[in-house]
Amino acid sequence: MSGHDHHHHHDHDHHHDHDHDHEHPRLSELQLRVKALESLLVEKGLVDPAALDVFVDTYETKVGPRNGAAVVAKAWTDPAFKKQLLEDPSTTIKSFGFEGRQGEHMVVVENTDTVHNLVVCTLCSCYPWPVLGLPPVWYKSAPYRSRAVNDPRGVLADFGTALPDDVEIRVWDSTAEMRYLVLPQRPAGTEDLSEEELADLVTRNSMIGVETVQYPARQEAAE
Amino acid sequence: MNGAHDMGGMHGFGPVEDEPVHPIFHGDWEKKAFALTLACGGLGQWSIDEARYARERQPPAQYLDNTYYEQWLHGVETMLVEKGLVTPEELETGKAAGPGTVPALPADRVFKALQQGSPYIREVPNAPLFAVGSTVRVRTFHPSGHTRAPRYLRGHVGTVVMHHGAHVFADTSATGDHKTAHHLYNVSFAADELWGPQSQGGAVHADLWEPYLEPA
Repeated sequence: MSGHDHHHHHDHDHHHDHDHDHEHPRLSELQLRVKALESLLVEKGLVDPAALDVFVDTYETKVGPRNGAAVVAKAWTDPAFKKQLLEDPSTTIKSFGFEGRQGEHMVVVENTDTVHNLVVCTLCSCYPWPVLGLPPVWYKSAPYRSRAVNDPRGVLADFGTALPDDVEIRVWDSTAEMRYLVLPQRPAGTEDLSEEELADLVTRNSMIGVETVQYPARQEAAE
Repeated sequence: MNGAHDMGGMHGFGPVEDEPVHPIFHGDWEKKAFALTLACGGLGQWSIDEARYARERQPPAQYLDNTYYEQWLHGVETMLVEKGLVTPEELETGKAAGPGTVPALPADRVFKALQQGSPYIREVPNAPLFAVGSTVRVRTFHPSGHTRAPRYLRGHVGTVVMHHGAHVFADTSATGDHKTAHHLYNVSFAADELWGPQSQGGAVHADLWEPYLEPA
């Protein structure tokens, strides 16, 4: 998946709250616990081991934010499609073949010059899987879940995003089974780009609402 | 329940940290915790709300200390035992005392199952109590069971901006009743109404079922 979403330097070890050295015993304990559960469930015939690989492969290689980016790029280039997308998002997104688990009921919210939308799930980690894949770690983390609703500008600042004071921020807390996709604003100067080139500009973070789409695309920070 | 999972508006967790790269999984154990949870969900023995409630019922200190897929692992183990698919002894030892009582979801049906998902919209006989534009207040209530009415919204007044139809009601679905449905609305709350002097302006929207709401 894309690596263009980052702005901070991190240790390579710092993927995860519990990846530090002193946590390694806990990690091995978890590895053992999950292996034991897997072998028990396979032995009991409750789990088909081949099915586990299909679940992982689906979200590692098939379903991810490129899906959502294709929808956004089409909305930017086809006004009739955009109207349909905003009015009947579930059916319209389904026409791309993006449907199913954690995307059964979709809402698309449009960013404009005066309104910026931000999506969160304060209670767990609800996220539109068919269009964005599985959520990044930060989306599921306590800092994001706690602050998105009462400090949205602070959260945007954590991503290097600053919006004018007169832009209204609307935060969408995914408290039921409705799933939210942000339709970001098309950046200026992109009139000559193809739909495919436009899709390449659309980041996962911009479809959650913590970034705007940039042209030229955001530069990846040096590793 | 007023658990540690209900985080909206809490202070002190620090900045949001993006990752330089976004690996889908951090290590094999996360892949397994994820896939086992979905495979066991595919047995059709519990709802997503029961699974969420299993994670939320952990002691708050444990919930906050866990990484994300530890919540999932705890949740699936809890559901397997509570639904009688696995005994606590089997979980402890990792050895099967007997065969499972329901058939596994076969690999060749996984993609189809994911693509179908499980729609939550239902027909209900009663008309919606509220219309788009209605002013509503979130009831002041503190159920000890599962609810999707976040604490930071209770008692506050907002405006209905969408009616989503009737959806399976999370609070009862978490108890094993997968049929009860109620009208579901998107309600917009002015940030000033929620956060007072600390508000940054703008609005917070949430999807709330009719039983959470009263006219205001």
